[in-house]
Formats: sequence, C-alpha cells, structure tokens
Amino acid sequence: MKFSKRHAGLVPASNERQASCVEPKGLRLRRVGPRHRAGVTAVLGLMLAAITPALAQQAPLADTQLSDPAQEAQAKALMETIRCVECQGQAIADSNADIAGNMRSLIRERIKAGESPEQVRAWLIQRYGDYISYDPPLGGATWPLWAAPFVLLVIGIAIARSSFRRKR
Amino acid sequence: MRRVLLWLPLVLFAGLFGLVALGLFKPADRTVRSAMVDKPLPDFVLPAMLPTKPGVARTSFGGGKPRLINVFASWCVPCIAEAPELMKLKAAGVPIDGVAINDTPEAVQKFLDRNGDPYQRIGNDKTSQVQIALGSSGVPETFLIDGRGRIVRQYVSNLQSDQVDDILKAWRGME
Repeated sequence: MKFSKRHAGLVPASNERQASCVEPKGLRLRRVGPRHRAGVTAVLGLMLAAITPALAQQAPLADTQLSDPAQEAQAKALMETIRCVECQGQAIADSNADIAGNMRSLIRERIKAGESPEQVRAWLIQRYGDYISYDPPLGGATWPLWAAPFVLLVIGIAIARSSFRRKR
Repeated sequence: MRRVLLWLPLVLFAGLFGLVALGLFKPADRTVRSAMVDKPLPDFVLPAMLPTKPGVARTSFGGGKPRLINVFASWCVPCIAEAPELMKLKAAGVPIDGVAINDTPEAVQKFLDRNGDPYQRIGNDKTSQVQIALGSSGVPETFLIDGRGRIVRQYVSNLQSDQVDDILKAWRGME
C-alpha cells in the first residue's frame, strides 16, 4: 500500500485530510441545523459529542488564556506569526489542527515560564527552520524582499523623469 | 530598438504564463522537514505508554548504538501501512523506540495486536511536546539517531521499502 506524501492529519480510514483545517466542528453543525426544537436538541447533543473528546485531547493551554494579561498578549501576538505545519497557509492562532493547539499550549507554557516571545520563536526556528515564522529574518535569501521596494521606486522615478522631460 | 521593445510585454506575459503553468503541473513539495537533522537529540523524558514497556528518554540514546525513533499514533492510517516495514527493521535487529502522539494505552495495545509490535520502548507524548521538539510535523515520521545521540536522518510519511533498505545500510554502517 502506498499513501500520498501528505501524511499530516488524515481522517481515519480514508485518504482525506482532516476537517480540522477548515473550521470548528461545532460551528458546521450549527449552520446546517434545522430550526424546530427536536432538531435543535439533537444538534446540541451532537455538538457536545463532537466537542467533548476534542477538549479531552487538547494540550492544557491550547485554548486557555494565561492569567497574566500582559503575558497572554505576548503569547497571542507570537501565535499570530507562527505557521501551522499541518494547515500550512494558517497561523497557529487560527488553525484548528491538533498540532497547532499543542504549539499554542507550548508557547503559553514557555511565556508563562518567563521566556521572551523572540526566544520562543528562535526555539521553534531551530526545530523547523525559518519556514515556521511568518516574520522572515533579514538574511542572504530574504534581502531582495526588503531591497525590491526601493529598487522599484528608483526605477519608477527614472521612468517618470524621462516621461516628464520636455521633448526638444 | 522600438520594434524589439514592442514585443517585450508579450514576452514577459509568456514568461509569467509559463511560470504559473509550471506551478500547476509540478506543484512544489510542501513536506515540512525538521531542522534538527545533524543536530544532537534534544533532552526529553516521556512516561511509558504501556505497562509492559518502558517509556522513552534522551538518556536511552547515544550509548554507542544507533536507534530509530518512530513517531506514530494508533489513529493514523499511514501508520498501519508502515507497520510491516517497521517489522522488517525489527527482524533485521534494528532497535526502534515509539513516540505515541495523542493516544491512549488501550488504543495503542489494540493497534500493536493488530499490526505487530516493532517497539522496544513506547513513550506517551500526549500533547506533542517531544514531537515538536524533534521538528516533526505529523505522523508517521522516523528519525535515525546515531551512537553519539545525533539525529542523522528524518523520514517523513510512512516508510517505503527502499527507505527501509536505506536505513538498514546506514544502521549497519554505524554499528
């Protein structure tokens, strides 16, 4: 048996990716739920059933804020700039993937223990490379990103100057 | 000169079109690789997952003998496909330690009963802390650790038989 190269987050017994990348499980049920009462109860029951095991599996601080608001703000700001390795277009702050939750928990734990956000970012970069950070460092491969706007500006000025120059 | 410049936008467009088409027909490899390869194994201690086997810790590695770490889960389908390959490695004498992600002892025991048990030790990594410390992004993944406790290789996704040969060769070379 040969599976596709993508391995993260497969739905058990299929080759489909987990819905976790899309939206919370509870939310989807709510949207398609019928309006009458029995339906609402059934949907609520389903929601609870869907949510309870998910909560039981989560790392302790995945969705629990730190008690110190300053630390929580630091942690939250960092989470918004760390890439989820499963849902690769998302930051871990937005991703519902298990590993993103576990990374959020890890970030909160480290910030709580007194580490600075940049220390935690450096630790993650050490594990996954620059790829994990949405805040790319200035380096050999990335300097054109910073230089390009200025180069384009200079080219633009040159074009403007030549077009505005009076024809003789 | 003017004549040539007239064609420039079309040439630029054709170039861009080609680039986009290439991206469509040959999508980039999105595999997340660990940056920990060629670095020493980080310090960690994982409690035992099963009462019958010890847990996994940093101190189990680097005693002069190379070992494998297999990051797996009982709920992971490619892990089932990988099981026969791991059994081959076990039969060849390669020691394998398992790191079970987000799992329970009952589910792991059932998984091993069904698919074979290649592990000498199994650590319980409930919240992926060791998985993240290894730079692993999913299950299954396999890391080859040399006799000095360095991560030598990482295999993402379920092992294929050619990768098993590769591991065997490297392992025999290190022993």
